[in-house]
Amino acid sequence: MGRRILVTGAARTTGRRLVGALAGDPAVERVVAVDDLEPAEPFPAGVEHLAVDLRSPALVRTVRSAGIDTCVHLGVAAEPRAAGGRATMKERNVLGTMQLLAAAYHAPDLRRLVLKSTTAVYGAAAGDPAVWTEGMSHDTPRHGFGKDAIEVEDYVRSFDRRRPDVTVTVLRLANQVGPTVDNPLTRYFELPVCPTVLGFDPRLQFLHEEDTAEVLLRAILGLARRGTFNVAGDGVVLLSQAIRIAGKPPLPIPEPLVNRVAELVGRTVDFSPEQVRFIQYGRVADTSAAAGRLGFTPKWTSLRAFEDFASRLHRLVTEEQVVRLEREALALLRRTAGWVARELPR
Amino acid sequence: MSPATERCRARTKKGERCRNPAGPDGRCAVHRRPGRAAGPERERGAPAAHTPRAEADLGPLAPLVDWAEEALEFLGRRLLGEYEVDEFGHDPDLVEHVLAPLLRPLYRRWWRVETRGLEHVPASGPALVVGNHAGTLPFDALMVALALLDEHPAHRSLRMLAADLAFDLPVVAPLARKSGNTLACAEDATRLLEAGELVGVWPEGYKGLGKPYRERYQLQRFGRGGFVEVALRTGAPIVPVAVVGSEEIYPMVANLRRLARLLGFPYFPVTPTFPLLGPLGAIPLPSKWLIEFCPPIETAHLGPEATLDPMVLFDLTDQVRDTIQRTVHQNLLRRGGVFG
Repeated sequence: MGRRILVTGAARTTGRRLVGALAGDPAVERVVAVDDLEPAEPFPAGVEHLAVDLRSPALVRTVRSAGIDTCVHLGVAAEPRAAGGRATMKERNVLGTMQLLAAAYHAPDLRRLVLKSTTAVYGAAAGDPAVWTEGMSHDTPRHGFGKDAIEVEDYVRSFDRRRPDVTVTVLRLANQVGPTVDNPLTRYFELPVCPTVLGFDPRLQFLHEEDTAEVLLRAILGLARRGTFNVAGDGVVLLSQAIRIAGKPPLPIPEPLVNRVAELVGRTVDFSPEQVRFIQYGRVADTSAAAGRLGFTPKWTSLRAFEDFASRLHRLVTEEQVVRLEREALALLRRTAGWVARELPR
Repeated sequence: MSPATERCRARTKKGERCRNPAGPDGRCAVHRRPGRAAGPERERGAPAAHTPRAEADLGPLAPLVDWAEEALEFLGRRLLGEYEVDEFGHDPDLVEHVLAPLLRPLYRRWWRVETRGLEHVPASGPALVVGNHAGTLPFDALMVALALLDEHPAHRSLRMLAADLAFDLPVVAPLARKSGNTLACAEDATRLLEAGELVGVWPEGYKGLGKPYRERYQLQRFGRGGFVEVALRTGAPIVPVAVVGSEEIYPMVANLRRLARLLGFPYFPVTPTFPLLGPLGAIPLPSKWLIEFCPPIETAHLGPEATLDPMVLFDLTDQVRDTIQRTVHQNLLRRGGVFG
């Protein structure tokens, strides 16, 4: 009997891609895609779309009766505006997870639960250690997506204790970028100018969308590994560096005015206070546990992943311009210096 | 292709031209910008940019042009974001081309720093450099780091542990990270040592930096000795370093505690020139400096279990502190006058 897999939040980019890959895998017998939204492109053949909210009784019936052996929870939303306001987002994130886990608790065939979480659970502050490992205790982010993610993780951990026969894998993913990714951070880099906090230049990590899909597949179809794993591309990219790679002019804003500006910018990119803190202090997570126990190393480094994303952007400053300017300036300098060297002895 | 362009176009940390043969992108394996192949679309570093004839014509101006060329290349790299930092944010490209050149005149001309005992700092592998801290602003830490970068045969980068205030101040925060420093916490220190880095720690912290001038050259309490614990856990040797000269750069005669609290600073110094002369008062006095690295104190033989024994921690802390205090006194005698 093949694997029977249920995926929540399946209509969004990551989910759509994942269910496609799962449906094409010979080891998989059944894929149930749960999302009350319609996907941008229809789901591939072989994927059953269950167009319900996580809080619906239909979900409970499916999880219990369809012989689901793996539950993949991608349905934690990061964008209040898209979710219909912060309150709705929280309700969907936290209560949706509770409902899903309640249903999963009664699923007799369930053997695996994979949660897509985020490194945002570590927050972003000046007094943070340079590199987060999974076991480090961290201050709880007090609001937004990070707080939801922590609450969701807590419920999943408590589920882990109550169902020891289910292997629970929590993947804390770094900020995702890639040619088709659309999230607040990618929209930030698409602005004509990138506002930054004056005098701060945080370290950022990125995860390429291909690696996101790959690590999820690994956790679902590979060897079952219980635990929490940070997942991010190797290395770090500074915000200033990222902005230059994106070919945008930075717009440094003094700290006291930052929240005012974020409100204005927030109308286009869905920028929340926690994202402002991220732009100020950044965060870096250690990925050695994923490399060791999960056996997963991303193909794209943080820098490469970002460059791949940035190649779709309209650059105001292009590489050719800089190289040409550099060469012209140097040629002029050499001519002048040559002239001075010739004329001076006379 | 001229012989000059077959050499790597980068400079060594000492500021000399790199002698290694260059690859297709005009740089040697050591100085190649990682992750960037010399592709067809990529003309940077194309060695045919200038002819050997032009090289010969420049005469005495050649070094100037070389310098400008390097500066332009640097600006180009920065403008395109073409550099890499490590996970702590250390940016060797920026240190080599901007930060170290800014500090070098202070080291060489203003304070005429003399450095001894560099042979006690290992050429590779982890070690914990522990020093005394004084002078209102942490110039002593910067000078020790520059001594190791410029004068140590292996040109080692000192990764210093700094107070959290440094990572919350605009402008200071990114500079602290880019020059290789990180937050003074056990996690970061352990991580750096396990990666084989040279870590610098100033256990007196603000108590040392912000002490009044009348207490000069008296070492303050060494925190709770957390640095010893980290050394024991990683088996890294401790290299005490004694700095003489930093005490006189901003002789602090008073501390405006209330103003400091208002501004969120650990102290607000009053020196004979600051705040009396305004920004001019921020010019440090040109005292004569001596930096001495002392013989390393090995910790590997004690093993990580030794961290459980508070007596071992106290003893090691005292041993390090006494070594520094003794060396400071010796070098004070050796220096003679404050201005050398």
